[in-house]
Amino acid sequence: MNFFQILSEIEKTDPEVFERFDSRRRVFKHMTGFGKKMTAAALPLAMGSIFNKAYGQTTTSAPSIPDVLNFALKLEYLEAYFYNLGLSGDGTIGNNTTSATQTALRAQMSPNNVTALLKIRTDENNHVNFLREALTKAGATPIAVPAVSQFDFTGGKGSGTGPFAGVFTDAGLFLAVAQSLEDTGVRAYKGGAPYLASNDDILTAALNIHSVEARHAARLRTMRRGGLMNTAPAGTAAGSNPSSSPKSWVSGTDNGGASPAQTAAIYGAGTAPAYTPSGITFPAEDNVTQGGVNLQTALASLNFPASAFSEAFDEPLPVPTVLSIASTFTITGSTFFA
Amino acid sequence: MSNIIKPGEDEAGFTKPLYAPIKRRSFFMYAGATAGVTALALAGCNDDDTNNSMPGMVDVGSGSLGVLNYAYALEQLEAGFYTNLRTGTYYTGLAAGSAEKQILDDLYYHEVIHREFFKVALGTNAIKALEPNFSGIDFNSRTSVLSTAKAFEDLGVSAYNGAGRYIGTDNTGLQYLVIAGKIVSVEARHAALIRDLVTEGSFVDSDVVAIGSTGLEISKTPAEVVAVANNFLMDGSKLNVSNLV
Repeated sequence: MNFFQILSEIEKTDPEVFERFDSRRRVFKHMTGFGKKMTAAALPLAMGSIFNKAYGQTTTSAPSIPDVLNFALKLEYLEAYFYNLGLSGDGTIGNNTTSATQTALRAQMSPNNVTALLKIRTDENNHVNFLREALTKAGATPIAVPAVSQFDFTGGKGSGTGPFAGVFTDAGLFLAVAQSLEDTGVRAYKGGAPYLASNDDILTAALNIHSVEARHAARLRTMRRGGLMNTAPAGTAAGSNPSSSPKSWVSGTDNGGASPAQTAAIYGAGTAPAYTPSGITFPAEDNVTQGGVNLQTALASLNFPASAFSEAFDEPLPVPTVLSIASTFTITGSTFFA
Repeated sequence: MSNIIKPGEDEAGFTKPLYAPIKRRSFFMYAGATAGVTALALAGCNDDDTNNSMPGMVDVGSGSLGVLNYAYALEQLEAGFYTNLRTGTYYTGLAAGSAEKQILDDLYYHEVIHREFFKVALGTNAIKALEPNFSGIDFNSRTSVLSTAKAFEDLGVSAYNGAGRYIGTDNTGLQYLVIAGKIVSVEARHAALIRDLVTEGSFVDSDVVAIGSTGLEISKTPAEVVAVANNFLMDGSKLNVSNLV
């Protein structure tokens, strides 16, 4: 049996086989010392386990650290390209030529709101670069840089005329989509954290991105309730409808978010994959039960408003649910969020 | 050149042993070697001592439970602060329906819920109820209240982020990690809004986020956090986090 001949055969039908191995570096750890440690009889079994790991994403095994980092990188590309296309540049990381359309979008907002958006844009571009570096340092391969043409931020799957048509010409719509992306990111990092726990430094870095996404989400929500031209939006109280005038945190399910027909899933429950560690669940954002305790019932004597018990905790989303939400913004045929 | 000691430093170095707190290890070394334990303890534990690891401090413990107790301690501090401010004239003077009243009400609800959640979750493993020291805060002053709120919220975010690594990787630990994640993002939302209220547009400024380079939050170690938090706790309630390693 020739191991490399088998790989070569697989390559004929799956050109990405080596990338699959490479992106799951742990596989090579299992191969280390093959000759010394394994008898010929054990080899077929060991190889079965190697292929199982290499093709793990399509089965039910938990994501590896590189898997989670590349998943996060995909979401950061989604966000970075969104802010780049709306505010400055041709979409790609590091391009800063501002077009007339981008100038016109900015003109619909107060200078303070534009400055805030540019800060968020900077962070997201830096997150892309940071994650690419972190993957490389971890001995893994970052995903290929996606083409900007792979995304359709109108949600039209490539038609450019989806439910968010005008997202880069209507500042209100731009903020609505921005909030949706950031709130999704916050839930996604939370859902990915358990799979990073075995590496302290990578876990800490991911947590340090997670909270920045939450700061972004809060600012976008503040701007949405304050109004586009407001120069001090934090001074505006939230209105009665969290969909159009949200608090800086998620209250219940926010009436389905900024555009309920498209965004309700962002605040809904996730479907736990079979590999999810026991006890970790993905309830909707209006959840009031934490660690098995219904806090609204247990702390009823506080006489707090019911909404406070859900607001006090954000909820995680599992990887597959996030991919499904994110694929709203890729074109038909794209496998980026597959 | 570097060995030359300036007169000022020499003087400081000379007087140091007279008032510097005795570090934990040497403290116990002395304590174990003599019968005069009480006298030494009194000598080592003066009132304004902020060393992390002195007897009479509250040890949050180690591992997953240590992190939970550490979080519980910080939530006690935050909840105590938002409870106290409700009797100050700044808060009582806020108009019904105003943004600042809405925000401070929500923050009070959220932080009290966090505190009570940890108390229930920890059960008999919980540290005691801490006695805060808010004597440096003027609850009648908007500036004092909001700048303290900002400090607490930012501190909370950097503390949770920095402590995630000390949670165990067993199944229980992973569940705790997710719960801590559920809370820290709400703290970050608080921090962003309060910061904007204090200084418009400062939600990710460079004192909390490495905005010029990686775009990452600047997390803090437990030792860095309690060096600040202990200033807001009375003697006997100050935190020892030396076992969170």
